[in-house]
Amino acid sequence: MNVLGIHIAVELIQIVVAVVAFLAFIGVNVLVLVLMERKVAGRFQRRPGPYEVGPHGSLQTLADAVKMMAKELHTPRGADKVLFWAAPIVTFAPVVVSFMPLPFGPKYLTGWEVNLGVVLILAFSSLGVFGICLAGWSSNNKWSLIGAARAVAQSVAYEIPLLLSVLAIAFQVGSLNLTEITAGQGSWPWQWNVAVQPLAFFIFVVSMLGETNRAPFDLPEAESELTAGFHTEYSGMGFGLFFMAEYAAMVVVCSVGTVLFLGGWKGPVFDGPWWFLAKVYGLLFVMMWFRWTFPRVRFDQLLNINWKWLTPLALLNLLAVAFLVKVV
Amino acid sequence: MVTGSDGKEHAELGKSPSPGLFREIRKALEGLWSLVVGLGVTGNQFYRPSVTVHYPRQTVDNLSTYRGPVELVPSDKDPGTSKCILCGMCVQTCPSGCIEIESHQEEEPDAPEAEGKAAAAGGEGAEGEKKAPPKKKKKIKVMDKYLLKFHLCSLCGQCVQVCPVSALRFSREVYLAGTSRSDFEFDLLARMRAQRRGGTGSNPGRGGSA
Repeated sequence: MNVLGIHIAVELIQIVVAVVAFLAFIGVNVLVLVLMERKVAGRFQRRPGPYEVGPHGSLQTLADAVKMMAKELHTPRGADKVLFWAAPIVTFAPVVVSFMPLPFGPKYLTGWEVNLGVVLILAFSSLGVFGICLAGWSSNNKWSLIGAARAVAQSVAYEIPLLLSVLAIAFQVGSLNLTEITAGQGSWPWQWNVAVQPLAFFIFVVSMLGETNRAPFDLPEAESELTAGFHTEYSGMGFGLFFMAEYAAMVVVCSVGTVLFLGGWKGPVFDGPWWFLAKVYGLLFVMMWFRWTFPRVRFDQLLNINWKWLTPLALLNLLAVAFLVKVV
Repeated sequence: MVTGSDGKEHAELGKSPSPGLFREIRKALEGLWSLVVGLGVTGNQFYRPSVTVHYPRQTVDNLSTYRGPVELVPSDKDPGTSKCILCGMCVQTCPSGCIEIESHQEEEPDAPEAEGKAAAAGGEGAEGEKKAPPKKKKKIKVMDKYLLKFHLCSLCGQCVQVCPVSALRFSREVYLAGTSRSDFEFDLLARMRAQRRGGTGSNPGRGGSA
């Protein structure tokens, strides 16, 4: 009994330390990513992007963050106050948990070794939609509500091909543990799962855009139609939390993609967490590249792509993988 | 590569040969290819240099075509005076009524060094004939102020077009800013003289808001 108590205590401390570390990691990454997004957007449009605050604008997002924290938290008239302020937290908190089972590097660089790492991430990443739904409902604003409705329809739809493509990898490796999935891949690109299952990777990339509400699937916040979608009414850090959750979710899905398809922390010559970060940022760059290339799809197109193409393709792919794993 | 395996999967699906399905697949693959082409276009832009001019640190060099508030052209013979003959065409033509000229009459000096000025100011001689002065000396008009209310001006350029002696032109004044309406009431004569003296008349407001 006593041994069990100590075991639980150790586990708990480990989890708390990991959560705090990941909160810091998220904070830093969001600052870097927002700057990167704006700089990359600038490059694509052949302008410098933020340039004035700090050398080459490098302190711009820090200044923005300070401004955002200093702003008033305004509750709109007629809003459901409890739900309204619960929504950003409900959106942000699961994302932090999603970081826990990610193996950033060999041995100790995993927040929490779980057998069902993939399932944990998928479960908590779909909780974020719940927060968005709450935000849209409690804002008492038509744009917010439409944005939330879109977010729900979209996330529910895109979760399926995402799950199926992830399952294909899980079938192949025979494990849902992200550390073991990484261990099953080699250091060189042709030893990664992407070389074995390019179709699953393709489906994963498309559905991760839909899952994180990124362009061209950014309908829940579609600026030109819904002002800001579900977070129209949020000010200050209420908006800030949605913002952080969105960027953190991007990091999470890109990390999952890295672990499942791109060999995780394994890379040519020197294995290590630097490869993990490099691949994650590579994928994030691709997401930004998509954003500044493709126009937003219409909602029926969005659902058609999913139900007519991605889901059947993912199912077929899964069947083929299951067949090959069983027979070969 | 991705698109290739994409198509293969569907070829397997299409065991029941329906031409509609194949057409759909071909359309989808073409669409996917167009996305790749689009990525190529933006990716190409990504590696080309930025075209932004970092304004306070850099400026553009094509200001020669800029049409700022009108200014007086100095006379060829005496740069201290304007080419203007005070005919008043610009005042009459201006659709916004933003030009006012103040002048006084003066007896024409017969000193030879002032000849140029007299010729410029009273060259047409129309004023002198009308007045028909009893003395031999002609009376000429001398400009005191050329007031431009730039806050009314629409920069249509009709004053420049109508001027018979080309005494008006567009300035290249780009840096124009003020906090009140009176900042944009310029005396163009004073501005012209200030420019001649030190070339400091870059801000017409400085010369004119008298």
